[in-house]
Amino acid sequence: MAKPLLQRYPLSDFAVVGTLASLILVVSILNLATPPDSFAHISTFTVTLLGKYLCFALLALAIDLAWGYCGILSLGHGAFFALGGYAMGMYLMRQIGDRGVYGNPLLPDFMVFLNWQELPWYWWGFSSFPFAMAMALFVPGLLALVFGWLAFRSRVTGVYLSIMTQALTYALLLAFFRNEMGFGGNNGLTDFKELLGFDLKSDATRVALFAITASMLGIAYVTCRAICASRFGRVVVAIRDAEDRARFLGYRVENFKLWIFVVSATFSGIAGALYVPQVGIINPSEFAPLLSIELVVWVAIGGRGTLYGAIVGAIVVNFAKTQFTGILPEAWLFVLGAMFVLGTLFLPRGIVGLAKRDGK
Amino acid sequence: MRLASTWILAGSCVAVLLAAGPSVADEAQFVEALGNLKTSSFITKTEAAKEIAASDAEQAFVVLGALLEGRLYVRKAENDVVVAVGSGDEVEIASAAHGGTLGAVAKTDLKRIIINNQMRIMLRSDLARLSLRATDPAQRRKAIVSLFDSLNEQTVKLMRAAFVTEEDAAVKATLATALALADLDSLDTKTQIAAAQTLGSSMHTAVRNRLAALVESGADDALDEQGRQLLATAKASLAQIEHSRKIYGLVETTFFGLSLGFVLVLAATGLAITFGVMGVINMAHGELMMLGAYSTWVVQQAMPEHLELSLFVAVPVAFIVAGLVGVAIERGVVRFLYGRPLETLLATFGVSLLLQQTVRTIFSPLNRAVATPEWMSGQLYLNDALSINYNRLYIIIFSIVVFLSLVTLLRYTTLGLQIRAVAQNRNMAKAMGVRGGWIDAVTFGLGSGVAGLAGVALSQLTNVGPNLGQSHIVDSFMVVVFGGVGNLWGTLMAGLSLGIANKFLEPFAGAVLAKIFVLVFIILFIQRYPRGLFPQRGRAAES
Repeated sequence: MAKPLLQRYPLSDFAVVGTLASLILVVSILNLATPPDSFAHISTFTVTLLGKYLCFALLALAIDLAWGYCGILSLGHGAFFALGGYAMGMYLMRQIGDRGVYGNPLLPDFMVFLNWQELPWYWWGFSSFPFAMAMALFVPGLLALVFGWLAFRSRVTGVYLSIMTQALTYALLLAFFRNEMGFGGNNGLTDFKELLGFDLKSDATRVALFAITASMLGIAYVTCRAICASRFGRVVVAIRDAEDRARFLGYRVENFKLWIFVVSATFSGIAGALYVPQVGIINPSEFAPLLSIELVVWVAIGGRGTLYGAIVGAIVVNFAKTQFTGILPEAWLFVLGAMFVLGTLFLPRGIVGLAKRDGK
Repeated sequence: MRLASTWILAGSCVAVLLAAGPSVADEAQFVEALGNLKTSSFITKTEAAKEIAASDAEQAFVVLGALLEGRLYVRKAENDVVVAVGSGDEVEIASAAHGGTLGAVAKTDLKRIIINNQMRIMLRSDLARLSLRATDPAQRRKAIVSLFDSLNEQTVKLMRAAFVTEEDAAVKATLATALALADLDSLDTKTQIAAAQTLGSSMHTAVRNRLAALVESGADDALDEQGRQLLATAKASLAQIEHSRKIYGLVETTFFGLSLGFVLVLAATGLAITFGVMGVINMAHGELMMLGAYSTWVVQQAMPEHLELSLFVAVPVAFIVAGLVGVAIERGVVRFLYGRPLETLLATFGVSLLLQQTVRTIFSPLNRAVATPEWMSGQLYLNDALSINYNRLYIIIFSIVVFLSLVTLLRYTTLGLQIRAVAQNRNMAKAMGVRGGWIDAVTFGLGSGVAGLAGVALSQLTNVGPNLGQSHIVDSFMVVVFGGVGNLWGTLMAGLSLGIANKFLEPFAGAVLAKIFVLVFIILFIQRYPRGLFPQRGRAAES
């Protein structure tokens, strides 16, 4: 018995999708169709900044799916994000061609610098956009699959799992710092020129990237909502609340967790792939355990287990970060630290929970 | 016979060198030579220095040492040679001829005797020869070793004489090595063979290189019976040296591993207490270590004249500072979050950011250099292939003491009993009259205090900066998880094995890859043993 659409989905979902759609429209019109000196004009810098926030929102959404709905607190989601980013970065690197500093048509600059003679095998195929995008999904997904399969099968849960994910991203951080890995070492990949033939510095490309990010966020949101509303999603929530009970009822808990984890990692990879062309660089610092913990705070501040709360949290915290690092750089860590402490103590349901309580 | 002819050539060189100085054992000669030092001609001065070195005069060592260090002066008024002590405008002087003090004079009344590089080189080996007679055995041994590369007939003669009278076993062994090195140049193959055999027991690099050169130079030639025998002996000795060097290399790696391991243990025990006993993840643990390290620095700033004692003051200070901050964290944040480990993790991480930024604001983001006291610097000499850094040795001892005190505290005191009771079953312990909240605060304070102690130890190994804690926190977690939560012995085993594994992997894989390997190993290990090496038994352990 199919219910009417409005009853099947809560109002908040329409609000999220609607906001994103109107954001795309407003931002692209105000950036492209207004003269730069008009007061309504949105600068390309702001567009890119908004695009960055939305990438983070997508990442937060992915974390909320795993943490808020399945109770998997990953302190290593930055790793999936960065891997997606590196896949995109490698494609963009290949697009530079012979326009690099050394003008080598075959090798990226940093390989010429290291005196490498030929392209390592894992760089093969990255000149193809579809292949690179497939890798941006596949590599984080595969890592999550292997790691999750090992971890959930042997029932590594709770803080143990959190610490293990932290070890994972820390190991990757150390690995990507090595020049011998062939990913640009400390400096990472940068100096990108164009994406699918579009100049990355042009306003239109920036707006298009923003629009794609917003749409991707919308699609991811709807997908996550669909997962959560499904039968599968119900079991996942049951696992979050009482893992043993769900297991005793006959559900293969590890499989459910594994799939949620993989989906979450894949979304993180997409977020990373969208992030890189907008900020123009990807380097190993994205693997830093510190960053991965910060991601979790976005979700906690926004309100976990709501999906839209994660989006709100990511945008609010990052907006605050931009403001504070501009005005009082030293104060930012104080603010972030206070957010962690006060958020967990006084806002267990996040900003969204606050609004709800007031509303009811 | 290229081998033999090489020795003949080398031998004649030595003979030519030695034609220079017949031994003069006359005090008068010494005084005359001293007078010659006053000239400006370097040639005369060199001759004079040679004569002083060759004389048996008591003052020879002092005068040559002063000459080398630029402390030998001529008094302008009296026109005699003096040795100056101290710096500044006024210096204490003593007579070069007999060593008696002559009081303080203005530096302007003195004229320094200058020397050139050639003299400097000569003086160094002369001094080494003279210090063969030093009273301190360690100094004697050092002098012999420094002569390994410049053995001439005169030196060897001195050494042979010293060998007969030497009583210290270590010095005697070193002398034997030096004499054997000299004997390798002998024209008699039998002596050479015996020397090569003796050298097999030495670990010194010079010996190894000398033998390797001998083996190489003899390898491509047709030799007579004795030449072949010499070659074989040299080869055997070289193999023996390589073998023992390898063994000592292993010992050294193990020691480095142990020292790294004990640092890990020290850093992780505090964590193991809060994590294991209270089920609380304290992400601010690293910052508590940082506070301990900064306490050390502050204590040293407060008592700059008593650097030697500062560490003994810093230990209790660091414990109290970190402990109090720990209690504040527990009372202010953690106690509201019991039963929600993931939230505790996030909140304490917030605290860690706050502490970090506070320290950065107060002490600046730059690293602070904590001084190492005299008694902790330097090396403990075991043999030519193996020396042990004192600071690492003391840190190992310190870690063992801290660890054992903690074990004793938990095992044999009432407080320990109560802590264990709360850890095993909070509600039951409370029902038996244990004050749960108080125990929580004390436990957290204790764990934090131990973190502070770890900070004191770390301040002696690395730079003290606001990021000190962050760089150690992941490692500490790995140790706790690997060892099994709530088990101090597990933490000990885990810390030591990870430290040793790290140091043994390093030569093959490099420091970074070794660390990656260890991390991956732990990730895989935890899949197999989700509760670590030594899982805690009992109902409370199953969450």
